[in-house]
Amino acid sequence: MKAGLLFLAVVLPAFAEPTGRDIEKLMQRDFHPRGQATMDRVVQDGVQRVCTESANRPPAELAKSLEAEQMKTISFPEGNLVGDWKRGEDIAQSGRGMTWNDPAGQSAGGSCYNCHQLSPKELSYGTIGPSLRGFGKMRGAGTDVQRYVYGKIYNAKAYNLCSQMPRLGASGTLTPQQIKDLVGLLLDPASPVNE
Amino acid sequence: MRTLLIAAALVGAAGARAQDTAKEIQRYRDMVAEGSPAELFEFEGEALWKKAQGPKNVSLERCDLGKGPGVLKGAYAGLPRYFKDADRVMDLETRLLHCMTTLQGRTREEATKRVFGNADRPSEMESLSAYIAAQSRGMKMAPGVSHPKEKQNIELGRALYFHRVGAWDFSCATCHGDEGKRIRMQELPVLYKPQPARAAMASWPAYRVSTSSFVTLQWRMNDCFRQMRTPEPNFGSETTVALIHFITATGAGATYAGPGNKR
Repeated sequence: MKAGLLFLAVVLPAFAEPTGRDIEKLMQRDFHPRGQATMDRVVQDGVQRVCTESANRPPAELAKSLEAEQMKTISFPEGNLVGDWKRGEDIAQSGRGMTWNDPAGQSAGGSCYNCHQLSPKELSYGTIGPSLRGFGKMRGAGTDVQRYVYGKIYNAKAYNLCSQMPRLGASGTLTPQQIKDLVGLLLDPASPVNE
Repeated sequence: MRTLLIAAALVGAAGARAQDTAKEIQRYRDMVAEGSPAELFEFEGEALWKKAQGPKNVSLERCDLGKGPGVLKGAYAGLPRYFKDADRVMDLETRLLHCMTTLQGRTREEATKRVFGNADRPSEMESLSAYIAAQSRGMKMAPGVSHPKEKQNIELGRALYFHRVGAWDFSCATCHGDEGKRIRMQELPVLYKPQPARAAMASWPAYRVSTSSFVTLQWRMNDCFRQMRTPEPNFGSETTVALIHFITATGAGATYAGPGNKR
């Protein structure tokens, strides 16, 4: 019996690979709330869990059903979705919002330039997301395009489950009006994005 | 004078292309490589290492950073590692905190009250880190990777690196996942790959030009989580140490060249 146990100890790995649940428990122990960053933020939702477990390559069927669920979080405003591109540019520039040292209730930015090229005038842009320069020029500003852009900014996970892009509307970062202004930045023919 | 040079380097680069900016920063790095501002923190750290304080009114000079009590030569290059007396893996800052509470008899609350300083006043932890890390300069980085708890900790760090969480669904890999990507103008090292991890880890802790302050790896983890929009990690927590351990182990074998300079 003793020899059997010893044998087991030798052949079994010394530890099990940590699961998402283990990490969650660890983070609940190791983090504390600060400012608006409350502890519910270390609990993964379904999208985060599936994308972590699948290394951002979820099985197609599962992705489709979860994307459909995410689509339900988006409420599209009535009418024209093309807001003020000038305000949109300010929102795209600002990286403020949602951190533990951003005052709650203060309006946030979209951090768009952190990852995307937009206006050709801004040379300091990131490359994690695709370049959006000329976005509206190539696609026009029809109702379907407006809805797509609004929806994508509101909840990118409704279109691509494991997108790196935050769910800027669904997370409460941006208001519907701010998202409309970003739609303006991308689609308005007068916007520098479409120069 | 130094501030002027920094300002000139940065203003000169504004409006230029990304490549030019990277070149400017490299030029600045070369310029200060001979006499880094980090040295000032090293001197301050030496004084703090030798200063008797806490209820027991003793210095940290008997602190065992893994090479025996008081041995500083090469100690940083061997961290993080498992410590039997604490039965856990510790990075430099966690170990220093351990010595402050055990040797000096200080409370955790008091010792962690101000772990991250600013341009006007560095923290005790930052200066100590500068002093201790400098004594591994030129040495091969060889964190503990063989004890079962070390292996377990590295795997934990790896899992944390890819764990998507927080208000914006980010993991470390969101920004540090693909080579050649940047946030604004900042290029981001892919820290789960040996080559970029080696280059990055060989220069921490570091003097940070943009904030004129000295920054440590615990600070780096803290500020990354802030930008990930999570709550705040506790100083020296298992989470932050596991991430530091994972990245350092990934970059093992690098020749330690710090404390360096950062953007």
